[in-house]
Amino acid sequence: MRSLRFALNGLIRDWRSGELRLIAIAVLVAVASLTSVNFFTDRIRLATELQATELLAADLVVRGRDPIKPEIIARAHDLGLVTTRTASFNSVVVVGDKMQMSEVKAVEAGYPIRGALRSSDTLFGAETSGGMPTPGSVWVDARLLQDLGLAVGAVVQLGRSSFKVAKILTYEPDRGGDLFSIAPRLLMNQADLEATGLILPGSRVQYYLLVGGGADELEVFRKELEAKRREERLRIQSIRDTRPELRRALERAEQFLGLSALVSIALAGLAVAMSARRYAIRHYDNCAIMRCLGAEQTTILRIYLTQLLVLALAGSLGGCLLGYIAQEILTSMMSGMTQYAIPSPSLRPVFTGMTAGVVTVLGFALPQIIRLRQVAPLRVLRRELAPVPPGAAATYAVSVLALAALSPWRVDNYQVTLYTLAGVLVTALLLVVVTSGVIRILNKLRARVGTAARYGLSNIARRRGQSVAQILGIGLGVMVMILLTLVRTDLLDTWRNTIPPGAPNYFLINIQQDQVAELREFLRERAAITGDIYPMIRARLTAINGSPLTETALAGMEGRRMANREYNLTWSARLQTDNRITAGRWWPEDGGEGVEFSLETGIALDLRVKVDDTLRFSIGGQEIEGRISSLRQVEWDSFNANFFVIASPGSLDDYPGAWITSFYLPPEDRQLMFDLVRRFPSVTVVDIDALINQVRSIMDRVVRAVEFVFGFTLLSGVIVLLAALQTTHDERSHESALLSALGANRRQILAGLVAEFFCLGLIAGVLAAIAASVVEFVLARFVFQIDILINPWVWVVGPLVCVAVIVGGGLAGTRRVLHTPPMVALRRV
Amino acid sequence: MARVSGPILQAADLGKQVTSPEGELAILQDINFNILEGETLAIVGVSGSGKSTLLGLLAGLDVPTSGQILFDGVNICALDEDGRARLRSQQVGFVFQSFQLLPGLTALENVMLPLELAGRSDPVAEARERLTEVGLEHRLHHYPSQLSGGEQQRVAIARAFAGNPRVLFADEPTGNLDQKTAQQVIDLLFRLNRERGATLVLVTHDRAIADHCARSITLAGGRMTGAA
Repeated sequence: MRSLRFALNGLIRDWRSGELRLIAIAVLVAVASLTSVNFFTDRIRLATELQATELLAADLVVRGRDPIKPEIIARAHDLGLVTTRTASFNSVVVVGDKMQMSEVKAVEAGYPIRGALRSSDTLFGAETSGGMPTPGSVWVDARLLQDLGLAVGAVVQLGRSSFKVAKILTYEPDRGGDLFSIAPRLLMNQADLEATGLILPGSRVQYYLLVGGGADELEVFRKELEAKRREERLRIQSIRDTRPELRRALERAEQFLGLSALVSIALAGLAVAMSARRYAIRHYDNCAIMRCLGAEQTTILRIYLTQLLVLALAGSLGGCLLGYIAQEILTSMMSGMTQYAIPSPSLRPVFTGMTAGVVTVLGFALPQIIRLRQVAPLRVLRRELAPVPPGAAATYAVSVLALAALSPWRVDNYQVTLYTLAGVLVTALLLVVVTSGVIRILNKLRARVGTAARYGLSNIARRRGQSVAQILGIGLGVMVMILLTLVRTDLLDTWRNTIPPGAPNYFLINIQQDQVAELREFLRERAAITGDIYPMIRARLTAINGSPLTETALAGMEGRRMANREYNLTWSARLQTDNRITAGRWWPEDGGEGVEFSLETGIALDLRVKVDDTLRFSIGGQEIEGRISSLRQVEWDSFNANFFVIASPGSLDDYPGAWITSFYLPPEDRQLMFDLVRRFPSVTVVDIDALINQVRSIMDRVVRAVEFVFGFTLLSGVIVLLAALQTTHDERSHESALLSALGANRRQILAGLVAEFFCLGLIAGVLAAIAASVVEFVLARFVFQIDILINPWVWVVGPLVCVAVIVGGGLAGTRRVLHTPPMVALRRV
Repeated sequence: MARVSGPILQAADLGKQVTSPEGELAILQDINFNILEGETLAIVGVSGSGKSTLLGLLAGLDVPTSGQILFDGVNICALDEDGRARLRSQQVGFVFQSFQLLPGLTALENVMLPLELAGRSDPVAEARERLTEVGLEHRLHHYPSQLSGGEQQRVAIARAFAGNPRVLFADEPTGNLDQKTAQQVIDLLFRLNRERGATLVLVTHDRAIADHCARSITLAGGRMTGAA
């Protein structure tokens, strides 16, 4: 109890003298960063998923070949979840003597759970949101309207029933899927379904159960369903299972944020370690006196550990508060971007933040504070008696353990954690080794330089351990800053540009061979659109390497699925810009030898084929066989028309097919589409503007979140710099006073300091630039999987910033010394 | 034999006050004395009597709150910090109780430092010579941490005499040394002082050391209470 009071009094005293402030600030910022990330990612993930669930029209979708069993629906209701059912099948829509295969969807009240249907009364007319077809009426999409030459108000026949076309369906949240293999849409009310007589035993109907509700309840429901998924032959989809570009956006956002928080903690740890070292050194005398007066080693340790713990708790609490305020500000900044209110945060981040704060302080400060226990009482007589320094290995081991202990519950992604930890470790080791070598060389050079520079260089060499630690701290701090400013921009821009501003928003399909030239001219003349128009020929895969699919490695269900699947083949002389060859070679422009195919890597993996295997397709009863000459990686999120299978020029000339093209049309040029439909009535227009905007809005939101959180990490970097500069501040002040006593004028003292700071800054800057380039490369290549060029500015900005910050900050820190009478400064020690 | 001429240091109505939580605290008051060139003077007094403060003021390491100090006729209180630094580099040497060697420099480099600051042409040779004079020619490239207390103080003495100062200030130069080493250091200090004819101002609480000096002044409670 006595030692607790003593510790608290000491803490207040040390706080007043400013010694502990940097540790407290480091903890405060780290915890604020972590807590705001936790608070914010929790909320924004919920909000983002909420918006993303629009693409499912629900939070979770259960799909089956048979009607979803009532007990499953009842269970969902028991859990407090809301549900609605839909059914989807292909059927022929008849109007007079015209027929068109269409994809029919029957919906019931409550559809959609997320998002809303949009419709219009005229083709390409103004949209209204909400509603659904009432019994006796249907909504059809523009394509069906065009194909059958209908107008709103017309009557269509579906099975045994007739329906009035009430509206044109312009947006359906859960349409998704492959835009080109689906037939036009007809939306009807489920109440009318039975009367059509279309649902018979054996009909190919997909039944869906759309589910919405709280995350926890959904998770319970999902888990229970997963257990019986196989026997019930059900498929479960949530946002993560849907559109790949959205899934990737969310995954990347989580990686970015997790990484940012982790780096923030690592930096705070570094700052704490450096500040704690200074704190410990300044308390050697106190400890020696206490030991002299009879304090036991455990008493000393208890006193300082108590101080540390109180400091950690106070700093963490402040950090939590700051984190909460920060995420509130951010959340208010983001409001209006989604139609849903952003959900309230839970209290869990507070617990996480408090734990992280305490672990960071104890983990990184402990090696230094433990030394205080070893201060010899004899130090009161012989001041040069410092305790044995802790082994570097011990210090690093404790720090890394602390870091490892912190990371798993922050970064869910195991790979990113591993890369980051390995990155920090390798960078730190590299910095230690290289710095030691450079300091050795500098030390040898010191005999050849002037007094001031020699003094500066000798300081770096003498305090080798500290210099390495300083360069490490500054280097890592600046490296993170470089990464956060330059590299972050590179990474985020590259990522954001995967949906470039001019991404196609219209697809034209069903273009006939004899319309291609005329359409190309129309587009060029009216809208200066000069994109490629590709042939699209429907085919079924019948054999791989001469063997029917069922006899290949794909035997069984999978083989049948592959055989049933329709492929859209095209031919092309040139490789599309968003395609990259990963194996084999692209054919010469004139077509090369015989029939050749180029396959998208994913489909090649599904089919278990490689370059030089042969594929046989059936096109309208005719067979075509060819060799796979290359595999391609396709950037699907470019939204360009892309194909799984491309044939060499000339090989598909004899087969019937329609053509397809895609292009970007600004919203104000919509009139062009009316003219186009009028001039080419058989061409079908697919508008994917809504989909693109949805994906882009989510990505933008994620980028803003990432940038905000990086701000905290940047602050952590600045604190590391301050801590690094502070570690040698006392010695430097004393030595400057001594130099002044020996007759050095301010200019000479300044020159010595500048020489020292300049060398430190330069070494740290160059190393930071190297490390930043390597880390950027690793992150881009292995984690975010985007191609990136190393930004050359890193090499200019890194060293410049380092030198400027260290010389500026260092001189600012020692400025007071230069204006203090040397006697006063000498007496302080 | 030391030459003796006019006053090199004059303290006139010298006073030093500091602000403490209890209010203004007078550390030194009404100090008046002269030191002649080549003289050896001991400033004695009990702990807290203001001896070291007075030494610091005389050497221009700090400025008084009242009165003035004339160094060879120049009022050093009117000089700025750089002006006083120039004076120290050209005319003053120091020996401190806690040696105050720069830990990052070798013995040789420590002694070279004032020579370089004063812009001497061959600091290495001069520093080597000074270290030989104090018997440390075999310790030139040792760092302070590799030297004993006595050796460190001998390096400090070599450094103090390196620039041939007119005035040498010594603040309890044997305070951190054992009796035998202390005697050796005192002998060395006075021998070199005699040889170079410098003025020596020495702060000590040890009467025996003070007796080595030609003259002494005694401080008590910040005032001069005696001169001999």
